[in-house]
Amino acid sequence: MAPYEELILEHWRNPRNKGSLENPDIDVVEANPLCGDVVRLQLSVKEGTVKDVRFEGQGCAISQAAASLLTEMIKGKTVSELEEMKDEELLSALGGVIKTRLSCALLPLRALRKGLSERGKG
Amino acid sequence: MIDLKAVREDFPILKRTVNGHPLVYLDSAATSQKPRQVIEAVARFYQETNANVHRGLYQLAAEATDLYEEAREKVARFIGAHPHEVVFTHGTTEALNLVAYSLGEARVGPGDEILVTEMEHHANLIPWQLLAQRKGARLAAIRVTDEGQLDLADLEAKLSPRTKVVAVTHVSNVLGTINPIPRIAALARRVGAAVVVDAAQSVPHMPVSVGELGADFLAFSGHKMLGPTGIGVLWGRKEFLEELPPFLTGGEMIREVWIDRATWNDVPYKFEAGTPPFAQAVGLGTAVDYLTGIGMEEVRQHDLELTTRALEGLLARDYVEVYGPKDPEARGGVVAFNLRGIHPHDVATLLDQEGIAIRAGHHCAQPLHRLLDIPASCRVSFYLYNTPEEVDTFLSALDQVWKAFH
Repeated sequence: MAPYEELILEHWRNPRNKGSLENPDIDVVEANPLCGDVVRLQLSVKEGTVKDVRFEGQGCAISQAAASLLTEMIKGKTVSELEEMKDEELLSALGGVIKTRLSCALLPLRALRKGLSERGKG
Repeated sequence: MIDLKAVREDFPILKRTVNGHPLVYLDSAATSQKPRQVIEAVARFYQETNANVHRGLYQLAAEATDLYEEAREKVARFIGAHPHEVVFTHGTTEALNLVAYSLGEARVGPGDEILVTEMEHHANLIPWQLLAQRKGARLAAIRVTDEGQLDLADLEAKLSPRTKVVAVTHVSNVLGTINPIPRIAALARRVGAAVVVDAAQSVPHMPVSVGELGADFLAFSGHKMLGPTGIGVLWGRKEFLEELPPFLTGGEMIREVWIDRATWNDVPYKFEAGTPPFAQAVGLGTAVDYLTGIGMEEVRQHDLELTTRALEGLLARDYVEVYGPKDPEARGGVVAFNLRGIHPHDVATLLDQEGIAIRAGHHCAQPLHRLLDIPASCRVSFYLYNTPEEVDTFLSALDQVWKAFH
């Protein structure tokens, strides 16, 4: 059952950084209303660098595994690095995602971008 | 008994593979596959008889018109109706919008009530929502029980002399429930409400006779019953069709036109504005011939056999939750379910890797999914070309999906 790389199933079974932060600098929720996938991302940012990150959510394995993986990818990165993060980075880290499910895989990244842009405005 | 081998030979698409596996198509409730007889009839029409209907004074147009009207007669016979009561639309959705608009204009006013059900497809809900908003009418929904049946006591309680319309699906596209239309129609008639039936999941799958149902309007689609896309049917009682104002307007539906006014054509043409989908009608007529050749009682029995097998298999797996009636006799050939803790989209994607096509989502029935307290569900649906072996293939693939996640 190929489109589910072991990595996706492994993150789905054992999500990383799942939970919430006390006083996050970024707290954002993004959803795919049509399928019910929801991801909440919380980031603590100090001196332009992501010190800590947590996610919560529900939905398909791809969206939740992508969120888990994304939290690992962004910890320690600077805000400007995050702003430049491309879809491809997450997709290839996931081992490739079939095209019917791209919107699931990219949901957490959309959440991150939304959070960054809201923070920029705030 | 359906001669499955012969039937499957008629459906060219069943010969293809998907992701290296033979296609197992379990999504006929969304759209059915087409037999070569239908594909060839549409191609032959375009190659030999194509001309606009009801207009030309030349031989070709007369032949095209004859074929179009012949299709109307076939459809009428199929549901036990008179051809003048059969309006061709572009699908069930358009047919239901037509009724909601025209019936609404003629019969619904401020303070009146429209009854739908909690299990309606959005196509039999949104047009009534808009009508209620437009007219200042009240929209209420008949409750669905925990067993997935309509609560008829709730219907009786909600019916009042102000109820002008009861809009209900014949067979739920999610729960599979076959609703007791004759009983509902009898109750609605007592208060003088018109009964509108979404028959998109019933007419393709079981014998349906408008006389026995006792409803006032029946809507269904060609593409779910082996026919082409882009054609649907609205059957309406003649006295209603004659009373109602037109919905879409333009050519064909008029008799005489002046700059500031017009008079309408006879039914059913009053409701067929513009160039109708005549090539698709010819295809639908051929689909009706095909189904009649098999026999709708046979089609129903075959659906029932497969549904029974699928239900038994799903209910025997403790990781599966099944929605709707547990008794296959109470259902059409549709079964919705979920694997515990696994999103239906994951199930559909993994089954697709095995060549198995199932539907996953809310199936255009969001209020029902909210009632079931799930964001989405998986759905398998069967038709006359599906085999018991395909049901078994599907069930064992589900076991693999469950294993992959644990």
